[in-house]
Amino acid sequence: MSIITIQRKVLEKNDEIARRNRTLFEQHGILALNLVSSPGAGKTSIVERTLERLGNDLHIGVVEGDVQTDFDAQRVARYQVPVIQIVTNGGCHLEARLVQEALSQMDLRGLDVLIIENVGNLVCPANYDLGEAMKVVVLSTTEGDDKPLKYPNMFRNASVLVINKIDLIPYLDCNLATLKSNALRINPHLEVFETSCTTNAGIADWCGWLKEKGTRRS
Amino acid sequence: MPSFFWKGLMHELSIAQGIVDIIGQYVPEGQAADVRLVKVRVGQMAGVVPDSLDFCFGAIVNGTPLGQARLCIEETPVRSQCTACGEVFAVEGAAFLCPCCGSADVSVISGTELQVVEIELSDRQAGAV
Repeated sequence: MSIITIQRKVLEKNDEIARRNRTLFEQHGILALNLVSSPGAGKTSIVERTLERLGNDLHIGVVEGDVQTDFDAQRVARYQVPVIQIVTNGGCHLEARLVQEALSQMDLRGLDVLIIENVGNLVCPANYDLGEAMKVVVLSTTEGDDKPLKYPNMFRNASVLVINKIDLIPYLDCNLATLKSNALRINPHLEVFETSCTTNAGIADWCGWLKEKGTRRS
Repeated sequence: MPSFFWKGLMHELSIAQGIVDIIGQYVPEGQAADVRLVKVRVGQMAGVVPDSLDFCFGAIVNGTPLGQARLCIEETPVRSQCTACGEVFAVEGAAFLCPCCGSADVSVISGTELQVVEIELSDRQAGAV
């Protein structure tokens, strides 16, 4: 037997392209967010509410990732912002290469913020760096307050937690305080927002934070 | 490669393909049939199901020169270090709390790895030429 000893990261190819994406964002002064959640948590609704409120303050571009259909891109396009749909054809997550291709179709000049809406999935997207400045994880109250403990990798890797659908709490067996303490147990550095895209509760707080982060300092 | 539908169900397939690509960088094509074992280190918080990875790797190499290659997956436990007091500890379940001082401000020092660490080749039969 002969043995070749190596130390190679399996996802190094993805990481290399992610580094290139990150450099591109930095060159253009763009804050790139990787928006992750399980399916149906309300990522696209958060994007819509954000565009409604910040459309005049920030230039926001959107990359939509979905397994099938361009429904989400159609929803976002109503807000007259640049949007590219990535259809993964079954792929359970976005990879840096797919985002790189999307970026080549988008005019990045003048953009302040790029929101990359990942495929709905709390597992695989945690592994794939897209070149974003940070991951924003959306968790809806209907999913239950134990989810941060069940998907620790995602919550460790995220910088921001948006707890969505808080208007439904009276009807659910979901304790908001427990949800938050579970999330902060996994990652005490999480910035936490509580929102409802139906009543618009908390959207101002989230948008205020994003405006502060996304406004160019030059 | 039967990638058309379960590619989406398992990201382990694209990870298995990444492993095959790395093997290709170290082993010349003519020696691919000699590869017997590929040691892979997978952290328990790497988001990878070892059985799925093993299954996907087998499916990819089946019928190729790498068909004799098997994965040996070493799972590494999640270990953290407390930022406050420096204690290093194993994370059980999802308890990222320092057992020494109770702080939740801890950094993960291992358990997220996803690496190829070793490729084992069988020696060519002497006198086979």
